[in-house]
Amino acid sequence: MQVTSTYHLMNRIDHLFQNKKQNILSIYFPAGYPNLNDTVPNLELLQNSGVDMVEIGIPFSDPLADGSAIQAAAKQALDNGMKLRLLFEQLKSVRKTVSMPLILMGYWNTIYNYGVENFLKDCGKVGIDGLIVPDLPLEEFELHYKADFAKYGIYNVLLACPETEEIRLQKLISSTQGFLYLVSSSATTGGSIKVNEKQKNYFDRIKQIETPSLIGFGINNKASFEYTCQYANGAIVGTAFIKALEKNIATSFIEDIK
Amino acid sequence: MNYKINKKGFYGEFGGAYIPELLRRNIDELENAYLDILESKDFKSEYARLLDNYVGRPTPLTFARNLSAKYQTQIYLKREDLNHTGAHKINNTIGQILLAKHLGKKRIIAETGAGQHGVATATVCALFGLECVVHMGALDIERQAPNVARMQMLGATVIPSTSGNQTLKDATNEAIRDWIANPHSFYLIGSVVGPHPYPDMVSRLQSIISEEIKEQLAKEQGRQNPDCVIACVGGGSNAAGAFYHFIDEKEVDLIAVEAAGKGIDTSETAATITIGTTGFIHGSKTLLMQDDDGQIIEPYSISAGLDYPGVGPIHAHLAKTGRVKYISATDEDALIAAKVLAINEGIIPALESAHALAALDKMQFKKDEVIVVIVSGRGDKDMETYMNHF
Repeated sequence: MQVTSTYHLMNRIDHLFQNKKQNILSIYFPAGYPNLNDTVPNLELLQNSGVDMVEIGIPFSDPLADGSAIQAAAKQALDNGMKLRLLFEQLKSVRKTVSMPLILMGYWNTIYNYGVENFLKDCGKVGIDGLIVPDLPLEEFELHYKADFAKYGIYNVLLACPETEEIRLQKLISSTQGFLYLVSSSATTGGSIKVNEKQKNYFDRIKQIETPSLIGFGINNKASFEYTCQYANGAIVGTAFIKALEKNIATSFIEDIK
Repeated sequence: MNYKINKKGFYGEFGGAYIPELLRRNIDELENAYLDILESKDFKSEYARLLDNYVGRPTPLTFARNLSAKYQTQIYLKREDLNHTGAHKINNTIGQILLAKHLGKKRIIAETGAGQHGVATATVCALFGLECVVHMGALDIERQAPNVARMQMLGATVIPSTSGNQTLKDATNEAIRDWIANPHSFYLIGSVVGPHPYPDMVSRLQSIISEEIKEQLAKEQGRQNPDCVIACVGGGSNAAGAFYHFIDEKEVDLIAVEAAGKGIDTSETAATITIGTTGFIHGSKTLLMQDDDGQIIEPYSISAGLDYPGVGPIHAHLAKTGRVKYISATDEDALIAAKVLAINEGIIPALESAHALAALDKMQFKKDEVIVVIVSGRGDKDMETYMNHF
């Protein structure tokens, strides 16, 4: 099979983790937020601010793993008129200006509704490197979709959390693609990092993981970013960045956290 | 044709557990334990004892003399309205609370729409001395003040869900989020929805309805199987329970009635199976109401217990295989049917149950046929709606 020029020979996520081992900053925001056509300008702003990677949220009416701030932002994006078809339209030329790895984070219903293969094909076309789909079980992915993901060069990034038992964690480590997304605590997005015994034990446990990993959920300032970076290759900031976008202080927020 | 759930938690292509990794351990714990517990001698005897002397089962199978004359056939009513707390919901909450107790859980989470499942959960939590947190849409809290007061009097904490459209769908989201944040709690789901094993677990707990129908009909008619069973469907728990022991009995026609709201050709409807498409909601692959972008649509029905945008995966499968016939009744149909039952039989049904009764007007019967209609709940909670219409 010929490799078409659209796809990178090396996934940009791998490239990032090969070249940077510490303090990787990944930012999450929903597409079409705060305004419908802000998706690409936000990406350019983040790249210019020195962010390493971005997760673009596909707005969904019922985001189970997210807290109220992200659900409210997703609702605003939907009210703005954001749709998955439009997102691919917006991202058509994004690779002319944005070179960092880009991940789409969304829920399975939206992707299934779009048509899984169509979706992966369009991801490949616009230069998406990976997906985070919290409610797509690993078993379902491996049984039905693994080959299609590979065909279009899209990574499936898996999540692990404090409740994840050791045997399951090992399975997630060996099955994730690009990096492992470590959820900081038993909560939805938008909380804060609570430093206590249980948390410390979990972080000590995940520090041993050799696979590239990022910590997410509850990281909202420089202190929590630096703290979590001690235990993984970096961290993911979502809700706090959305609040900064709301206040129109996105650039200074990134400067402060880095 | 196999209508039962398979080992992986699917009914045909529907069901499964499409959940974030954050819930994996909880779901695994439940999946590994539920069948052993439900089939244990201890559970069975305690469940049977509570259904008998606390819930008030068996519920009567009432021969509806006047309704039978009106429709020129033999109509029986399965009287779930006579259960403690006024509906079939408590069959499930009694079972799940015993399960929670077996698993050593101390805090119970539930979602509720109109408040019926919330009240049934608060009731069993009071009985067993367990902490009870009920998530309820902020809009529903306003609309269902008496049930909120009941839950509070029973000692439950009612938390308003302010996300999304602030109704049942959002209350379910919030309940699941609560479970994510409090993984040692037990999530006591109210219908045959959600990730596996909930749909199967709740179906089994509600199957007491069809178990009793068989016994009661044998005494009444000398045969266990009626010609037809009719039940309403929102999430679909009373229908799942009413159909359970008849699914493999080919000669029994099974009819489920969805809420058409203002009509299935309007945007104000809750007829998920009639107009829905395949998708994923609350951890389950099923039929649901969604737009062309895969966003879940808020349903509408005059009956708060039927306005759920999804439906239990068992029903998606029974519809797809054609084993159960799914029809729908509008708000207007249901209101008329409620009035007809009240006047003819002296029973005021819940608006949900009135949808099942509305099917009688849409069907043709033979004189010697035996028809069982499930009266899933009583109409006390709906008096305000009835007063506004009659």
